[in-house]
Amino acid sequence: MFEPKIMCFLCKWCTYAGADLAGTSRLEFSPNGINLRVMCSSRIDPQHILHAFKEGADGVFIGGCHPGDCHYVEGNYKTLRRVTLFKTMMEQLGLDPKRLRLEWISAAEGKKYVETMNEFTETIRNLGPLNLEEKTLTEEGVCHE
Amino acid sequence: MKDDGKKKRIGVFVCHCGVNIAGVVDVEKVAELLKDYPGVEFSTDYVYMCSEPGQQLVLDKIKEDKLDSVIIAACSPTLHEKTFQSAAELAGLNPHQVEIANIREQDSWVHPDRDKATVKAVKIVKSMVEKAIQNEDLEPIKVGVFKKALVIGGGVTGLQAAMDIADQGYEVIVVEKEPSVGGKMIQLSETFPTLDCSQCILTPKMVEVTRHPKIKLMTYSEVESISGFVGNFKVRIKKKPRFVDEDKCKLCNECADVCPQIVPDEYNMGLSFRKAIYMPFPQAVPGTYTLDMESCLGTLPIRCGKCKDVCDAQAIDYDMKEEIIEEEVGAVVVATGYDLYDMKALGEYGGENYEDVLNGLEFERILSASGPTGGKVQRPSDGKVPKNVVFIQCAGSRDPENHNSYCSKICCMYTAKHAMLYKHRVHDGNAIVFYIDVRTGGKNFDEFYQRATDDESILYLRGKVSKIFKEGNKMIVWGVDTLTGQKVEVEADMVVLAMAMTKADGVPELMKKLKISIDGNGWLAEAHPKLRPVESLNQGFYLAGAALGPKDIPEAVAQASAAAAKVGALFAKDELMHAPTIVPVIEELCSGCGICVSMCPYGARTLNAVRKVIEVNEVLCEGCGACAAACPAGAAQQLNQSDSQIFSMVKAILRG
Repeated sequence: MFEPKIMCFLCKWCTYAGADLAGTSRLEFSPNGINLRVMCSSRIDPQHILHAFKEGADGVFIGGCHPGDCHYVEGNYKTLRRVTLFKTMMEQLGLDPKRLRLEWISAAEGKKYVETMNEFTETIRNLGPLNLEEKTLTEEGVCHE
Repeated sequence: MKDDGKKKRIGVFVCHCGVNIAGVVDVEKVAELLKDYPGVEFSTDYVYMCSEPGQQLVLDKIKEDKLDSVIIAACSPTLHEKTFQSAAELAGLNPHQVEIANIREQDSWVHPDRDKATVKAVKIVKSMVEKAIQNEDLEPIKVGVFKKALVIGGGVTGLQAAMDIADQGYEVIVVEKEPSVGGKMIQLSETFPTLDCSQCILTPKMVEVTRHPKIKLMTYSEVESISGFVGNFKVRIKKKPRFVDEDKCKLCNECADVCPQIVPDEYNMGLSFRKAIYMPFPQAVPGTYTLDMESCLGTLPIRCGKCKDVCDAQAIDYDMKEEIIEEEVGAVVVATGYDLYDMKALGEYGGENYEDVLNGLEFERILSASGPTGGKVQRPSDGKVPKNVVFIQCAGSRDPENHNSYCSKICCMYTAKHAMLYKHRVHDGNAIVFYIDVRTGGKNFDEFYQRATDDESILYLRGKVSKIFKEGNKMIVWGVDTLTGQKVEVEADMVVLAMAMTKADGVPELMKKLKISIDGNGWLAEAHPKLRPVESLNQGFYLAGAALGPKDIPEAVAQASAAAAKVGALFAKDELMHAPTIVPVIEELCSGCGICVSMCPYGARTLNAVRKVIEVNEVLCEGCGACAAACPAGAAQQLNQSDSQIFSMVKAILRG
């Protein structure tokens, strides 16, 4: 079975704490995602996402606080705007936008974190490996999955 | 990124955490695999890293192997990051050179497969090594503290907080928007469950506050704006003109006697009238009159101007202007209280159309000795003593479809009190209470409720009232007794609604100014509901009382004292340490485009128009990194979380 590689960027205040809660609650889930803690989801630059795909990620996950709950007032709104825009760009690049997922998960939502991780792993598993490096660019600069 | 060409010497310490980690993850293998990883000088595993000998091991190895960075692969950084930072500091290592690899909460506890969990642990540790390779020594940013507090709200919560801060020796400014302090509590007749007189316990506190040498009271004033950061806020306070000089006023009441203009009295919830020049209530603090210019007939002699003529003390000044007063404070306590849910919203109960359908606070005024009836229970429409009174609980509360989803918490108790006080005054009267549940969690609360039902023969009917309408001079109440399943119709002389508590008027606007988040109901959001219940996530702001959600007086007072203690702890320091993981500017790369300026929620970044570069106020920067992600030139780099570090970590995670 294909085991996707998933890069997860989690905000320190909400989703990372939610992931910790999944741990303290001993909730079992697929181990495909590995977390990188950032202060705020708005720290994530589209470059980081592209870099992850380039380094072999089959999917990228970003977790932030619910709207209105951002520790930095409105960082999550900035993330939402960037991710929405980046997804359009992904389409243009020939990358399936489903390979990128943004979710609001609070420090109290360990269960939601686990469900999201399982679900996202399944989504990526169904999409198959990305192997971005092996892909060739067409004349228009678009790669084909 | 600074590159002095020096290779890092990193130590990796893998914790077994008893069987918590080692039971799943092959810790020896993790430590072994890391030994050859670039940058790693030393790698080992140990049974309990956080134990005394575990910490000593880290300490010794830092010295022995001249480590300049350490990775502790253990539990979540939220638990022991500080522990290991302190230990490393003892060995002379900068705390920002300590990184935690979370292989317990985010690995061994969630992935039972030994092989998979071990592979994941290795990747997690490698990613932290990659981060550590580029970590720099950082020193905390020191800022001074202005040891003066601002308390917003002069109700019982605000007054208690002010007293407790002032008693610790710090100066306090209390800002209250009404002409007098006292808040909602001063309007209450008696308090549950002891039935002691609300005014009798509050007025001495009000006087004490005015006499305290460290407290400056600013009534009839509002916070206009606030800027700055913890320890160093600048506040602009708008002082509305009261047209009466507080110091000159002798409280003779001559002005009110001659004033021809009559308006509903707010203190008595509109159940009586006051003059346009008035004192809100006899014990008002500050003890002075206020001229309500909106109701005034006119100050020119041709219109009126009578009050000024009779004032022997010459306290009345029609030319008084609104003033803006600027103050510097180090901390802010927000105690803005609550309001009652709008009667108009409850159309099925007649809204505000029926004079004899009252809300809880109106009934408090009727019960109060200082109220419009002098404490005699008389109904507003005709002044008759009501013989049948219906009390309806949860009016506007616990009704997610139509009103508020939350429980207003104090209504069960105050309804029992209302019914009881009514029975004490009208011995042959009948009190009927409609309830959904009776919630009496609190010291001596259930005993009080038992007394209401058992000793005072108050009839409790379980069910909700569907409609109230007027027939003749009676109020007809339609309800259902859900215990017997029968419809109930009561002919009442008066109805008292236990109105939901709701956010105070103007709170969303004020909180926007203060950058304090509020929840969907408009209650202030605490930093942590369990562990930081009186703090805001916005540093330097402390929260207390009913502004956070429905609560009774003792709880509000306890929160006020708690907030005051937090302010005291802040003021006990001469300097505050601000996290240095900020986002400075690499000037060589900055083009001065200003994109980062618009990203910053704190106003920490400004464009120097002359030099065409961004300048960063390092104290204002909270280190979220939103600007770093937006900078098109890579000129905004977060310290110890640079793009380069993130790239290396991503690579280690995906290829490690």
